[in-house]
Amino acid sequence: METKIIFYIVSLVILGAALFSVITSKVLHAAVFLLFSLLGIAGIYFMLDYEFIAAVQISVYVGGIVVLVIFSVFLTQEAGEHMQLPKIGRALATAGILGITGWYLIQTIAGFSFKHSAEIAIAPTMKTIGSQLLDTNKFGFIIPFEGVSFLLLAALIGCIVIALKPTKKI
Amino acid sequence: MSAIGLNDILLLSGLLFIIGIYGFLTRRNLITMLMSIELILNSVNLNFVAFNKYLHPNNLDGLFFTLFIITIAAAEAAVAIAIIINLYRQTKSVDVNDGNSMHY
Amino acid sequence: MAAFLLNGLVFRPYYKALAGPIGVLAMLGSFFFATYTAWMYFGAGAALPAHFSTLTPIKMDWLNFGHGLSIQLGVQLDPLSVLMLVVVTFISLLVNIYSLGYMQDEPRKATYFSFLGLFTFSMLGLVMAPNILQLYIFWELVGVSSFLLISFYYEKRSASAAAKKAFIVTRFADLGLLIGVLILSNISHTLDFTTMIERLNDPHFSTAAIGSFMGLSIVTWGLALVFIGGVGKSAMFPLHIWLPDAMEGPTPVSALIHAATMVVAGVFLLARLFPLFGPLAPHLLTGIGYIGVGTSFIAAIIACTQTDIKRVLAYSTISQIGFMIFAIGVARPGAEESLGYTASLFHLFTHALFKAMLFLCAGSIIHYVHSNELSAMGGLRKKMPITHLSFLIGCLAIAGVPPLSGFFSKEEILLAAFNGNKIIYWLGLITAGLTSFYMFRLYFSIFWNKEFMAVSHQDHGPSTILEKGNGHNGKENEGIEHHTEGTATMKLPLVILAVFTLVVGFIPFGNLFAADNGHLESSFHLLFSIAPVALSLLGIGIAIGLYKNQNGKSDRIAQQLNVLYQAAKNKFYIDELYLFVTKKIIFNLIGRPAAWFDKTIIDGAMNGMGNITSLVSSKIKGLQSGQVQDYSLYFYLGMSGLAFLLMYLWI
Repeated sequence: METKIIFYIVSLVILGAALFSVITSKVLHAAVFLLFSLLGIAGIYFMLDYEFIAAVQISVYVGGIVVLVIFSVFLTQEAGEHMQLPKIGRALATAGILGITGWYLIQTIAGFSFKHSAEIAIAPTMKTIGSQLLDTNKFGFIIPFEGVSFLLLAALIGCIVIALKPTKKI
Repeated sequence: MSAIGLNDILLLSGLLFIIGIYGFLTRRNLITMLMSIELILNSVNLNFVAFNKYLHPNNLDGLFFTLFIITIAAAEAAVAIAIIINLYRQTKSVDVNDGNSMHY
Repeated sequence: MAAFLLNGLVFRPYYKALAGPIGVLAMLGSFFFATYTAWMYFGAGAALPAHFSTLTPIKMDWLNFGHGLSIQLGVQLDPLSVLMLVVVTFISLLVNIYSLGYMQDEPRKATYFSFLGLFTFSMLGLVMAPNILQLYIFWELVGVSSFLLISFYYEKRSASAAAKKAFIVTRFADLGLLIGVLILSNISHTLDFTTMIERLNDPHFSTAAIGSFMGLSIVTWGLALVFIGGVGKSAMFPLHIWLPDAMEGPTPVSALIHAATMVVAGVFLLARLFPLFGPLAPHLLTGIGYIGVGTSFIAAIIACTQTDIKRVLAYSTISQIGFMIFAIGVARPGAEESLGYTASLFHLFTHALFKAMLFLCAGSIIHYVHSNELSAMGGLRKKMPITHLSFLIGCLAIAGVPPLSGFFSKEEILLAAFNGNKIIYWLGLITAGLTSFYMFRLYFSIFWNKEFMAVSHQDHGPSTILEKGNGHNGKENEGIEHHTEGTATMKLPLVILAVFTLVVGFIPFGNLFAADNGHLESSFHLLFSIAPVALSLLGIGIAIGLYKNQNGKSDRIAQQLNVLYQAAKNKFYIDELYLFVTKKIIFNLIGRPAAWFDKTIIDGAMNGMGNITSLVSSKIKGLQSGQVQDYSLYFYLGMSGLAFLLMYLWI
C-alpha cells in the first residue's frame, strides 16, 4: 500500500517535471526540470530493486548529460533570455495528433494483461552483473561491451573533430 | 515489488514517451529538443527494466540493455552538442527553423 | 511465279544508276515466265476437249485463326489469270523499256522504277489470287502504288491533288468492295474462289443460307457491292472523275496504269465472279450493262471536246472500259449467251495493246512538243514518222477498222449486245461511231492540221529539259531547240505494239476463254459487221472534213451547239458537283463540329489532366520544407500508422 503511494508520488514528479520541461520558455528552467525528471526515474529504479541501474542513471545522466546540456546552453546563447515558443497552431496540432495516438497506446497497454512470470529471480548484485557483462557464453555481453567501447571512442573523437574551431588558412 | 504492477509502470513510461515526443516536435530551441530526446530514451529504459523484472526475472538482459542505452545516450548527447555548436558557429542561431537549407 | 517474287524485290529504292536496267530485266524475266506459263497451260489444254482446269500451284497459310479458319495466300492459274498475267507483264515490260528513254534525265529515276515494280507486283498478285481476300489486299496495294505513281511529280500541286483524288475515290469504292467481300464470304463460309462459286451455285446450300433484304437477296447485295468496288477502280460513272486528272503523272505511268492494267481490274473482278453473277443475279448484270454503256456514251461525248491529248485518251479509256463492262453485262451463263464474257476479255486484251501504244505515242509527242495541248501541235507527220505510223495504227484499231485487232474485239462485243439487249446494242453502236470520230479528230489535229513551227523558247533559258541530251544532239543554236523524236528505247515499244495490234486480232479467243472455262465456238458474221464498220468510216470521214486542214468549220459547229458544247467541255460539271457536296455538306456539317469537339473536349481533358497533375505536385512539393521537426512529425505519423495497422489488422 505504501509502495503504491510512493510510486504514485514519484510518477507524478516524473511526469510533472517532464511536462514543465517541454513547456517552459526559459532554457535553464527546462534543464533543471529535466534533472528532476531523471532523478525521479532513478527513484523508480530503486523501487524495482535495481540499484545498480539507478546509480548509473544518476551518475551518468544527471551528473553528466544534464551538466553537458547546461554547458552547451552557456556556450551558445544568453541563458537568461526567453526562448521563442512554438506557434500556437503547431502546438495544438501536435498535441492533437499525439493525443489521439497516445490514447490508443494507453488503451492497448491498459487492456493487455501481462502474466507475471514466477521464475526464480536473479539477484542483480554487482557480482552477477559484472560476471555476466564479461561472460563469453551464450548469454554473455562481452561483445556489446567491446562494441560500446568502440562507439565511445568514436564519439569522443567525433565530438572533438566536429567542434573544432575552423583553422585559418594562411 | 509486485504491488506496483507491470501495467502501471508501462503506463508511466508511455506517458513519458508522449511528453518527450511532444517536446521534440514542438520546441524551437535545438538544445531543448535534445532534452526531449533524453526523456524519450528514459522512458524506453523504464520499459526494459520493467519487463525484465516482471516477465523474465531469471536473466538480466533488460538491465544490460538499459546500461548500454544509457551509455550510448551519453555519447549521442555529446555528439549532438558538438553539432549544435558547429551549427551555431555557422548560422549564429540555435533555432531549429534556421537550419532549413535542405528544402525544395 | 518466281518472277513474281522477283518483282517484289524490284521494289527496292535508291539504286540510282542501275535502276532502269534492273527494272527492265525483271520485267523481261517475268514476261518470259508468263508466256511460258501461258504456252504450257493452253498448249496442254488444247489437246483435251474439256474444260481448262483451275490449277493452284502455290497455296500457303498466312494467318491461322484456329477452328479451321485461316487466310491463305497463293497462286491460282486458270485461263483468266493466265491471260492477265501475259497482258500485265507484257505491257509492263514495254513501259519499262520506254521509261528508260523517257525518264532519262529525271533525278528520281530509281524511285520511279521501284514504284513501277511495286505496281506490277501488286497487279500480278491481284490476278493470281485464289481467294477473294488476297484479291482485296492486292486491290488496295494497286491503289496505293497508283497513288505513288500519279503523284510522282509531287512538287506540282495539281499532281498531288490528282493523286489524292484518285486514291480517295477508289478508296470510297473499295468500301463497297470490302462489304461485298464480307457478305459473300460470310454466306459461303469460305474465301476461296472455287469453293465459293461451287457453294453459292449449289441450290441446297444457297436456299438455306440466303435471306433477303429490301427485296433483293443477300447474294445480289454482295455482288452489287463488289461491283461498286469495280466501278471505282475502273472509272465508271459516277466515279470516273479521277481518271482524267490522273493524267498528271508521267506518260508511261498513264500507259501502264490507265490503259492496260489497273483500270481493267474492275473488269477482271467481274469476270472472276461471273459464275456467281450469271446464275444468281441476272438483273444485276443488266444494270451493270446499262451503267457500262451509259459511261461509254458520256465519255465519248466529253472526249469530242477536249483539247489535251492525255485527257482525250483518258476519256477514250473510260469509254472502252465501258464497252468491256457492258459486254459482261449482256452475257449470261450457258453456251451461246456467254459470248459477252469472251468478247469482253478479248477486247481487254486488244485494248491493252493499242491503248498503251497510243499513250506511249502521246508521250513521245509530248516529249517532242513540250506541251499537252492540241493547239501547240499540228503537222507532225513529217517530223516523227514512227510515232505517226503507230498512232495511225492505234486509231484505226480503236475505231474498229478491219483487219486490225480492234475490229475483231469490237465486233464480238456488239454481236453479244445485239443478241442480248437491243438498247445496249444501239447505244454501243453510236458510241463506236463517236469513238472513231474523236480519235481521228485527235489524229488529224496532231499530224495534219497545220504546219508545225519550231517555237523559239528564248525566254525559258537553259532550264528546259531538252538541252540535256537525248543522246542525239550536241550542238544547238542559242535559243532554238532541237526537237527529236525520242531515243530508240522510246520507239521500240511503239513498234512492237503496232505489230501486235495488227496481228492479234486473229487469235481464236473463243477457243481459249469461255465463262465455264471451256470452249466457245464463235462464228464470224460478215453481214453483221457492215453496220459498225460503216459507222466508223463515216466518223473518220467527218473528222477528215473538219480537221484535216485548218479551217473554221469545227469552230462554227461548236458555236452552234454552244450550250451542249460548253457542258461537254466542262465534263458535264460533275466535278463541280462533287466539290460542292464534299465542301459544303461534309466539311461544314460533319467536319467542323467533329474538329471542335476534338479540340476543346478531348484535348481539354488531356491538358486538364496534365494541369491537375502539376498543380498537385506543386502542392506536395511543400512537404519537403527542410524543417527537421516536420520530418520527424511525418516519421511519427508513419510509425503510429504502422502500429495501428499491426494492432487492428493482425491481432
